[in-house]
Amino acid sequence: MTGRRDGRPLVPAYLSTGGVARPSRSHLERLSVLTGTRTPAPAGLPAAQLALLDALDEGSLTVVEAAALLRLPVSAIRVLAADLIDRDLVLARAPIPPAGRFDPDLLKRVADGLRALKHI
Amino acid sequence: MAFAPSSTSSAPRTPTGDVHLPDTARDLVKILVAGPFGVGKTTLIDSVSEIRPLHTEEPLSEASAQVDDLAGVRDKSTTTVAVDFGRISLPGGVVLYLFGTPGQERFRALWDDIAYGALGALVLVDSRRIDASFDVLGLVEESGLPYAVAFNAFPDAPRHHTREQLRAALDLEAGTPMVTCDARDADSSVDALLALVQHLIDRNAPEDAR
Repeated sequence: MTGRRDGRPLVPAYLSTGGVARPSRSHLERLSVLTGTRTPAPAGLPAAQLALLDALDEGSLTVVEAAALLRLPVSAIRVLAADLIDRDLVLARAPIPPAGRFDPDLLKRVADGLRALKHI
Repeated sequence: MAFAPSSTSSAPRTPTGDVHLPDTARDLVKILVAGPFGVGKTTLIDSVSEIRPLHTEEPLSEASAQVDDLAGVRDKSTTTVAVDFGRISLPGGVVLYLFGTPGQERFRALWDDIAYGALGALVLVDSRRIDASFDVLGLVEESGLPYAVAFNAFPDAPRHHTREQLRAALDLEAGTPMVTCDARDADSSVDALLALVQHLIDRNAPEDAR
């Protein structure tokens, strides 16, 4: 279940979080990686949470990818994911180690990787 | 639209239908592809992305909806803006995300959220309307993101400007890279991204190592 390809989303944004506007944990970045824990979903889990969990069945997604697939704003995915994390149904991992984005080795790997693309 | 993706000299990368992350994904980094509407942000992202083009609908604040004047979008009830993004998995476990980021002042809150943790910005400029890029350059500089400027080579772009004139018109610092690219062409777009990444490497290198 990855939302409809066309037309309006399955769950309107304003209903998707059950009226909760802020996530329960501090900060999920756009590129935080969400992974399902493969724990069976409890009965009565709201539809929007279930939809996100379903999307994670086939593999990990970043917050922004989940938002695009489920056709929900990033802010809504943050709320849904935080709830699933609290229920131990989803794990989140930061995109890169804190303060690591200007690590010379990382930048070099980005540059080398881009150069390699040109020779495919 | 005169500048739709069409035939390219280096074929666009073949996007896959599955957006789930490869198991090898380790470090996820992002670069903003910033610029005014119609400058070719989406075209550039599509030409290098490995996943089919995706976008999120981002709500705008009430205040911004009041002054909405997007060309061709006269509906005052428009309260979201589409943010395109793409992804490139690089060897070594690095996954590079490109976010097409509108550069108007009224998108500031959205801009700050997308820019959080970014390596830097590639600012796309249309040399036929340089002034359309002033807002985005202001936002980039204010956010402190390192950046490079890429002129998207529109077929009818004026060719009489010298590099010095363009640099002066944009008020660029001497160290800011300025390149020309064809956003429809994968290799050309990769070159523009490389100009930015090399700039990031150089500015982080200790003085004596340059």
